[in-house]
Amino acid sequence: MLTLIFLTFVLGFGILLLKKPVQTKFVALISLLPFSIFLYLLSFLRSVKDGVNSVLYRSEWIPSLGINLDSKIDGLSLLFGLLISGIGTLVYLYATSYLRGHPLLHRFLSYLTIFMGAMLGVVTSDNLITLFIFWELTSISSFFLIGFNNEQEESRASALWALAITGLGGFFLLSFGVIVGAITSTYTISDLLTQSDVLKDSPFYLLIIVFLFLAAFTKSAQFPFHFWLPGAMKAPTPVSAYLHSATMVKAGVYLLARFTPILGGTMEWSTILLVVGGITMTYGAFHSVFRKDMKGILAYSTISALGLLVFLLGIGTEIALYAMAVFVLAHALYKAAFFLITGIVDHALHTRDITKLRGLKKYFPLLTVAAVIAALSSAGIPLTFGFIGKELIYESGLHYIDYNLSLVLVGALFFTNVFLTGSGFLIGIKPFFGTPIKDYCISHKPDWRLIAPPVVLGFFTLLLGILPVIAYKEIILATFSAMNGAVVEMPLAIWHGVNTSLLLSGATIVLGTAVYFGFKCWNSSMNVVERFEGIAPKNIIAFIVEKFRQLAFRYTWVFHNGYLRSYLAVIIVFFIGLVGYKLFADVPLSVNTVGLSEFRTYELVVFLITVVAVVFAINTASRLTAIAATGVVGYCICLIFVFYGAPDLGMTQFAIDTLTTVLFLLVMFKLPAFLKLGNSKIQFRDAIIAISFGILISIITLQALVSPADKDISRYYAENVYTLAKGKNVVNVILVDFRGFDTMIEGIVLSIAALGVFSMLKYKDDEE
Amino acid sequence: MELLLVLLVGILYSAGIYLILRRSMVKLLLGFMMLGNGANILIFLMGELTKGKAPIINGDNIHFTDAYADPVPQALILTAIVISFGLTAFAIILLKKVHETTGTDDLDSLNIQDLDI
Repeated sequence: MLTLIFLTFVLGFGILLLKKPVQTKFVALISLLPFSIFLYLLSFLRSVKDGVNSVLYRSEWIPSLGINLDSKIDGLSLLFGLLISGIGTLVYLYATSYLRGHPLLHRFLSYLTIFMGAMLGVVTSDNLITLFIFWELTSISSFFLIGFNNEQEESRASALWALAITGLGGFFLLSFGVIVGAITSTYTISDLLTQSDVLKDSPFYLLIIVFLFLAAFTKSAQFPFHFWLPGAMKAPTPVSAYLHSATMVKAGVYLLARFTPILGGTMEWSTILLVVGGITMTYGAFHSVFRKDMKGILAYSTISALGLLVFLLGIGTEIALYAMAVFVLAHALYKAAFFLITGIVDHALHTRDITKLRGLKKYFPLLTVAAVIAALSSAGIPLTFGFIGKELIYESGLHYIDYNLSLVLVGALFFTNVFLTGSGFLIGIKPFFGTPIKDYCISHKPDWRLIAPPVVLGFFTLLLGILPVIAYKEIILATFSAMNGAVVEMPLAIWHGVNTSLLLSGATIVLGTAVYFGFKCWNSSMNVVERFEGIAPKNIIAFIVEKFRQLAFRYTWVFHNGYLRSYLAVIIVFFIGLVGYKLFADVPLSVNTVGLSEFRTYELVVFLITVVAVVFAINTASRLTAIAATGVVGYCICLIFVFYGAPDLGMTQFAIDTLTTVLFLLVMFKLPAFLKLGNSKIQFRDAIIAISFGILISIITLQALVSPADKDISRYYAENVYTLAKGKNVVNVILVDFRGFDTMIEGIVLSIAALGVFSMLKYKDDEE
Repeated sequence: MELLLVLLVGILYSAGIYLILRRSMVKLLLGFMMLGNGANILIFLMGELTKGKAPIINGDNIHFTDAYADPVPQALILTAIVISFGLTAFAIILLKKVHETTGTDDLDSLNIQDLDI
């Protein structure tokens, strides 16, 4: 399985090189790639369709960290895998015609292939970390696909929004994985099944599921993160059909379904999913009928459908899980068809405004059939697969454990389905029937590559609608078992007799038709809806983003203002705070008075001279005085070295100090006097900082004196200085023999400094 | 004497920090030298102070017969003095160059003169 995914990636990058060949008519052959994956995945049906077994592939990647490239194929993976590769086949075929002659077709196909590989990786991965990696890959490749028309500013902005929102979710997925890994000490998802209780009893359970939900909700466009999806409709239509109806947005649903047997079934789990899914599905369904743009309608009805899936997972009963499995398949079949049909209409007539489209039946007879089937399936008319889904959805609402709550659930489901039916009719019926508004001029006669995909989808909708038992036996049972954790038979059938859910279905269709005919008045009330734009989640988040940007800007301005001394001040203050706190909190302060050498008068004199020189250096208005005073400080230190047994240091300090002062004076004597810069307030502040730093250093020094350094090294040098190195001055021998290399490298450093000095002086000569 | 030196370290560090927070480049450099001196004394204090006993073996002996000053801090300080000279010399010339090019010693005015240079 892994080989397959990586092969897909390699091919994806390989297509980039095929700029010329993809422009020929043989490009349709590229749809053989997803098709062969589809056939390969079909071969797994036999192994997993009983719902008990699954196929595991193990391969190590970073075994020491428990990160492995494991794959697991069970019913759930296979359902999504088949959708990805199956609808992928149709989308590839469609795209080669839709984007025919586009100069960047090779890039498009490459992104699409990488996306498909990543998506297959998400649904087959059996390791949390690799799942995260594939998850992020889908976000990144979808960024390129959404922004494919990169010369349009709106396209780029939508791509960025989609990446920002789904990328945010990615962080939460990683955090989720890390916390789960820390609690259970495994990243392997199939091993987590046995540790379900450990996770549920963990004090972090709520945190875990919230992180999981945030990852899933951002990806699956749940309220309030839904707004990136309508924006993402800027993508070419094949992308919308593929990513935003059938595959990527369902990755979040997949994630929730995957973890249902591990984390699901608790109060918190159901409540959050029911609330968020419920809001999303009603909000999306209600919004969908206010749009005129076909893609806009589809975007909101897709949001609603995703909310419905989350809602079903929130109900979490066996029948709800069945409903969810069926609805994933049914929705993918009809929604992808809707998108593809929209693309054809847009391509041929250059408009997607449903108020301007009527009577297209005459121009696209075959397409009309496919559109009607999709519309009927979305409305849940018997003999379409959508009907089976709708029945199960109502059943799961009706059979909820709590009777009072079940009425609320059914109410929400009913409301959603009514509006979904209406919006489905708006797409599948409205543009095709009635008398044409004008004589449309069809600029692009759609060829078979455009027409075939929605027709194939329509065929499957009908086939599975008439013979649902095929779907049940092959895949739905296995999908359900993977989510439920145990096999429970519940065969799908068209006819259950007259019962409540059938009546509800009937009522849905009637009211949905009413919504459809009420379109005109819905449409005129669009203005009312627009009034609430200010509190729409998109604007709120955009507002937050803008504020955050301003905050970052101000923050940068305060801390990164371009003044060296304010950086230094920040660093020093931070140092004082941190070290000072540690010193007073954790170190017992004491002064070592044992074994201190007494001081003589001449030492005190030297000390006083130093202090006076320092004060002069700070206060003087003359540059020369300041430099001379610093020189005096250096000489005093030189004397201290001489007093305390360091003649070499004394000599060096003397020579260097003289040299520095002379050099300084040579360069500086021409300069004017110091300007008195900065006011007394700033000087006072700096003095406070400087004095606290000095006090801190003094305290550190005192504490260091309490515990003297280890003398072993010094003793070693002293004892071996003559026997090993034949020298008697230990300091010299250390420098030129024991640590000879260090001194040599020091020499190199000095040479580099000398070269720098030389080249700077030389540069001046050249300039003149 | 140790306590006096501890005080001296504190004074040199304070003076150094105060000077590097000034706007003048010359003061920045002087502050840097003060900090260097303070650090040297600090290291010097870490070896116990031994009055007048240089770490040099007397006469024909091959081992120390008397107390001696700790040689390791001395070796470190020697290196530090020389390296800081390299740095200071480079900085002084750089300063001269900056002053020649921009005609100012004020660090703040360097921020806005990118175009003139």
